[in-house]
Amino acid sequence: MTEIAPPALTKKPLTSFTTTGDEDMTMIDTGPAGVGDAPTAALYRLTDVTRTYRQKQRVIKALTGVGLEIGAGEFVTIQGPTGGGKSTLLQLLGALDRPSSGSVMLAGTDLANASDAELGRVRAREIGFVFQGFNLIPTLTAAENVDMALEPLGLPKAERATRVAEALAHVGLADRTDHKPTELSGGQQQRVAIARAIVKRPRVLLADEPTGNLDESMRDEILAVLEGLCAEGLTLIVVTHDSAVARRAHRRLRLDKGTVRDITR
Amino acid sequence: MYGTYLRRELVGRKKQTIIVAAGLAIAIALVMIVNSLAAGVRDAQAQALESVYGVGTDLTVTGAMPEPGEGGGQRFDFGEEGGATGEDGTTELSQSQLVSEPMRATLDASTLDTVTAVDGVSAASATLSLTNMTFSGELPAAPDDTTTTEGGTQGTPPQGEGGGGGFGGGSFGVDSFTVLGIDPTSTAVGPLSAVEISDGRALESSDEGGNVAVLDATYAATAEVVVGDTIDIGGEDFEVVGLVASTSDEADTASNVYIPLDVAQTLSGVGAVVSTVYVQAESSDAIAAVQADLEEALPDTTVSSQADLASTVSGSLSSASSLITNLGTWLSVIVLAVALVLAVLFTISGVSRRTREFGTLKAIGWSNGRVVGQVAGESAVQGLLGGVVGLVLGFAGIVAINLISPTISTAAAAETSTQGGPGGAGGGPGDGAFGNAVMQQGSTDIVLQAPVTLWVIVAAVGIAVLGGLVAGAFGGWRAARLSPAEALRSVG
Repeated sequence: MTEIAPPALTKKPLTSFTTTGDEDMTMIDTGPAGVGDAPTAALYRLTDVTRTYRQKQRVIKALTGVGLEIGAGEFVTIQGPTGGGKSTLLQLLGALDRPSSGSVMLAGTDLANASDAELGRVRAREIGFVFQGFNLIPTLTAAENVDMALEPLGLPKAERATRVAEALAHVGLADRTDHKPTELSGGQQQRVAIARAIVKRPRVLLADEPTGNLDESMRDEILAVLEGLCAEGLTLIVVTHDSAVARRAHRRLRLDKGTVRDITR
Repeated sequence: MYGTYLRRELVGRKKQTIIVAAGLAIAIALVMIVNSLAAGVRDAQAQALESVYGVGTDLTVTGAMPEPGEGGGQRFDFGEEGGATGEDGTTELSQSQLVSEPMRATLDASTLDTVTAVDGVSAASATLSLTNMTFSGELPAAPDDTTTTEGGTQGTPPQGEGGGGGFGGGSFGVDSFTVLGIDPTSTAVGPLSAVEISDGRALESSDEGGNVAVLDATYAATAEVVVGDTIDIGGEDFEVVGLVASTSDEADTASNVYIPLDVAQTLSGVGAVVSTVYVQAESSDAIAAVQADLEEALPDTTVSSQADLASTVSGSLSSASSLITNLGTWLSVIVLAVALVLAVLFTISGVSRRTREFGTLKAIGWSNGRVVGQVAGESAVQGLLGGVVGLVLGFAGIVAINLISPTISTAAAAETSTQGGPGGAGGGPGDGAFGNAVMQQGSTDIVLQAPVTLWVIVAAVGIAVLGGLVAGAFGGWRAARLSPAEALRSVG
């Protein structure tokens, strides 16, 4: 088993939200529910978010009037049945999609009204993604896959190389930089995906079933990496079916039939 | 990173890369070979035309074709003193006539003046096409009884060989060669503009009215005539003052014998007429206008341009031209279209198969432009690979053609009608043998060369770039339409 290096990511200053007392805050958690320090500033604020899809002649309501605030540095899990709206919510949080109505604020940027180019810039700088299927490019090495996330930032070559090396070392893959995905285990591939997500030094990391394709030991390995990143101040939002993952979060949300509720005990 | 990603994707998807590049390569190679062959055929046509019409001739003016029934065969009449009878009673006959070519109309000599007066004409020259026919042979002594004579067979002549006769053993031959009357003072345009003097000299202005001749070198070799010899033309002796050869190795000159125009007119008895007026326009832009003006000024004539002349080149060259123009061009177009469609379909299919990849790239912040650039870049490189391979294949094909050097025959229609036929050889000597030694002037074998022109290379590279761009445009358009949310949702 590869030893996981201690976290050493550079943190960004966080932007605080100002809120009014009238806003619907029913879903806002008031404090940390798990390990680590309690987050102090809100990174996300979702207000009355609805997302509907038109499928043939039917209108499908994926999200209905969701109000939610997620603090910077928080570790939040989203659970729920298939078709409950988890992926839709994650896509709205990840600036991959816009709500049909309502607002999604990320560090002062209204993602609901942002242009495609703005959303692209937000994704390039502020958000890291980790997918269940890893989504690595099979023809590229681990280092090259990680480097792909730096492509839109236009950094000098030397800095990119340094960042890539740091990110891979951070997830314990300093000795696997030249390996292609097919030469890596599932856990190692997911760690490459995490390195790709954090190499840009984002504010938030969104993970969709990051341990869904892994066995138990690899799951724990990945969770340790994610918790380490969260401890450094990275906001972590994880969609999961796995209760073992959810139990380690600061806050647990459940999405069912398009509505969200806090199930943190 | 762009280059690394591009290289890895092309190497990682070898099969697609090879199929797309190979398709384009075959198309490019075909286009190169067809273009090159077409250029080769054009050169061959030009070469064939030059040997007949000379260099710099833009237009020709000829008389309209006579109606069927006009003209007809040449008749040889021998009077009582027409031959010399030897001691054994055998009569030797020989008669030479200079006649105008059958089925070829003539123009009044003043046509040249009319042509010269037309605006845009920089030079013009007239010629008179004639055929010299020599009937020669032996007629044995007439039998005084019904016994068989030595060397002959008495009897009824075979059916269809004319009526008459009643004795055999005679031997006759009809020998003919083409004669072109030219203006010695004006050879810059016309048949002699594309020849070189291989021996002796050319006709000069001082030769007007004189019995001097210049011979085609090939014909002279066949007839075993050299400079200084005398030949019989129309019953008169002509001194051979020079030999001319075509500037092309493969082609003969336009005629067997060249004599002064005025002598040709007098000797043939046709009067002040010419067969063809060769016209040079002041510039290539003026050719169409000059042609129109000439047609208006000379309504009873046929005015032909180089394009019209090219269509008179017959033989396998014509077949090759037709084959390349029709089959070759269409084959190239079809293969090119298939290659382009293949490249586009493979690219679109590739984008569809890489939905997760492009969705992920967009999710991590890649802009549409960057993703489209990636797809287009991959297609462009595939196109360029196809272009390079196609260039190599095309060059190899062209080199192979040039090594094989296929020979194709050419025959300019204007020169194929020189065979007059022994029209006057009536009578029916039973075993008479009629020779026919007409030179088939204008029918030559030309080695087809496939030249590599800048245009061929530009076309090949252009097709490669175009193929890549078209495929990249379609693939890029497909990738640009890919919403990251939908892409990630669709691959789950």
